[in-house]
Amino acid sequence: MIKTLWTVVQRDLTLALRNRSDLISNLFFFIIVVSLFPLGIGPELETLRLIAPGVVWVAALLASMLALERIFASDFDDGSLEQLLLTPQPLPLLVVGKILAHWLVTGVPLVMISPILGIQYDLSSDVLWILVVTLLLGTPALSLIGAIGAALTLGLRGGGVLNALLVMPLTIPVLIFGAGAVEASASGLGGEGHLYMMAAILVVSLVFAPLAAAAALRISVE
Amino acid sequence: MHSRLINWFKFSSPATFYPLAGRLVPWFTWGAVLLLGVGLYLSFFVAPTDYKQGEGYRIIFIHVPAAWMSMFLYLVMAGWAAIGLVFNTRLSAMMTSSLAPTGAMFAFLALWTGAFWGKPMWGTWWVWDARLTSELILLFLYIGFIALKSSIDDPRRGDRAGAILILVGVINIPIIYYSVQWWNTLHQGSTIKMSGETSMDEVMLITMLIMTFGCWSYAFATALSRVRCIILERERGTTWVQELIEKEEGRGA
Amino acid sequence: MLEVHQLQCVRGDRSLFSNLSFTLSQGELIHLHGHNGSGKTTLLRALCGLLEPTAGSILWNGESIRLLREEFAAEVIYIGHKGGIKGGLTAIENLQIAAQLDGSPITTAAGWRALEEIGLYGFEDLPTKVLSQGQKRRVALARLLVTRAPLWVLDEPFVALDKDAVAQLQGVIQNHIADNGMVLLTTHQEVNLTRGEVRQLALGGENHRD
Repeated sequence: MIKTLWTVVQRDLTLALRNRSDLISNLFFFIIVVSLFPLGIGPELETLRLIAPGVVWVAALLASMLALERIFASDFDDGSLEQLLLTPQPLPLLVVGKILAHWLVTGVPLVMISPILGIQYDLSSDVLWILVVTLLLGTPALSLIGAIGAALTLGLRGGGVLNALLVMPLTIPVLIFGAGAVEASASGLGGEGHLYMMAAILVVSLVFAPLAAAAALRISVE
Repeated sequence: MHSRLINWFKFSSPATFYPLAGRLVPWFTWGAVLLLGVGLYLSFFVAPTDYKQGEGYRIIFIHVPAAWMSMFLYLVMAGWAAIGLVFNTRLSAMMTSSLAPTGAMFAFLALWTGAFWGKPMWGTWWVWDARLTSELILLFLYIGFIALKSSIDDPRRGDRAGAILILVGVINIPIIYYSVQWWNTLHQGSTIKMSGETSMDEVMLITMLIMTFGCWSYAFATALSRVRCIILERERGTTWVQELIEKEEGRGA
Repeated sequence: MLEVHQLQCVRGDRSLFSNLSFTLSQGELIHLHGHNGSGKTTLLRALCGLLEPTAGSILWNGESIRLLREEFAAEVIYIGHKGGIKGGLTAIENLQIAAQLDGSPITTAAGWRALEEIGLYGFEDLPTKVLSQGQKRRVALARLLVTRAPLWVLDEPFVALDKDAVAQLQGVIQNHIADNGMVLLTTHQEVNLTRGEVRQLALGGENHRD
């Protein structure tokens, strides 16, 4: 089972690293969205510090949704998705592998760059640390939930926008607890409770999302 | 094949459900007209003026039933979706798609009337209250479902994809509601606590119940009429629909 | 043995075929005929479990493939219109990953051997997106040389292949039949598949209904 998972992860990582432009544009989308807010709101550090958690989190959410559109699309187009469906491996496991690989190449760079963006918003180092932890817990959950929508909208016209429309309401808890944890720690309340909730959401989505996404894939490939 | 064993499944065949729905529609329609008529009369002329909120509170007689119905209909849809996925019945998907517009309408109505209530009570059209926010998210879920259904051309894929989306949504609803509530209490400063429902007058309660049943009747009347259209459209290739058309044409001539 | 009972598939509004029954036993090849749009591809996809038929049952050694699911998937290999070849991966990577996920991993040496045999000598470690249409097809078909699956479901396997490759693929199919394998294929080309048992199955005609 581990071997299968590893095969899928390795396959998708190889493909992603051979076609890096996608990854870089996704990362820059995140950076640009976060950098646009001060231009729209004004440079007062007081205000920026207040909105920073929300801005970074909403931008991470948008960037994840944008990237997720492609998670199954290329496999669907060249027929390798139907081959994956026909392997004697449990489909949810293959889906987990694909999501994991996708998160490693789209989610992890966001997490790594986020402290630098936090500095733009004058966040203290403690808060930056919490921001990284919440994104580390939250972005995989976003990928998992978003994969369901990506599987449902596979091959449909306007799939990307439609996917965002379907998935974003479902990701609201992640957003609330993610931004909430950063905010709570910024105001000195401590965000541990939020972090536990995020971990719980991550576990729940890790259990259910691959099953739902696998079922959705079978429907979409038919 | 197995469906013949359980009599209950008889009605899950569109051919038998179509005439049944046809017989039920007038009952629900008249029920809705009657109940909503009586309910509206009671809410405008009989229910006493609230000592705290004045006349403006009367909008809750439509606001609260609409909010209840929007949640109830989502659960009904989830039930049909689960039946559809497990037993592979054609009717269940038709029911989910016929319920969705009515559910979305009630969610919208609840938000709209909520805004009208909020303006005189809270002095603002919109408050990020936990219940309002959850209702808004519910409306998004309805719209997402309708958008997904309408962008899938193949009816079979549309049915099953829609069912999965609803079930994923229904698992999420408690989590969303809980997180919104938590979020709301964290930002306590900007919200105003709702009041009034605990000390409700008996007349008010009866009015509210009548209005709720009126909305319920309305929802089923519209959903059943809509499902009849969907059945005819989907089953137009089958012999029973052809026979039905011939009979109708014979009557018309 | 693959048994098909009273199969019906509906696409959109149109019933592609109904009441279709046949069996495929060891050492047999079924050549599926039918005009465009008669549901050949739909039937093949239903037979390997990608698509759920509207009515009827498909049994593998007496058990429904819907219940067997992964067990059945290990017994069947499907090569469709889209080859399932990743353009970003090399031929050898494509082959090895496919074999690994099919549950019968191969060594790199075996992979190179298979690719050489199918006529891709010298192209094994190029990204498949730079290969020609026929070469990509060969990469997909190389899986037939390394698989252990008894049931082959091939949708137009000869398309885009040159004369030599067609002859070679025929040989591969004949050997598989001789080894008590089972093959279901569609093709518009005249191909010589004389060795072993060849049966013809026509879709459309009396089953066809609009």
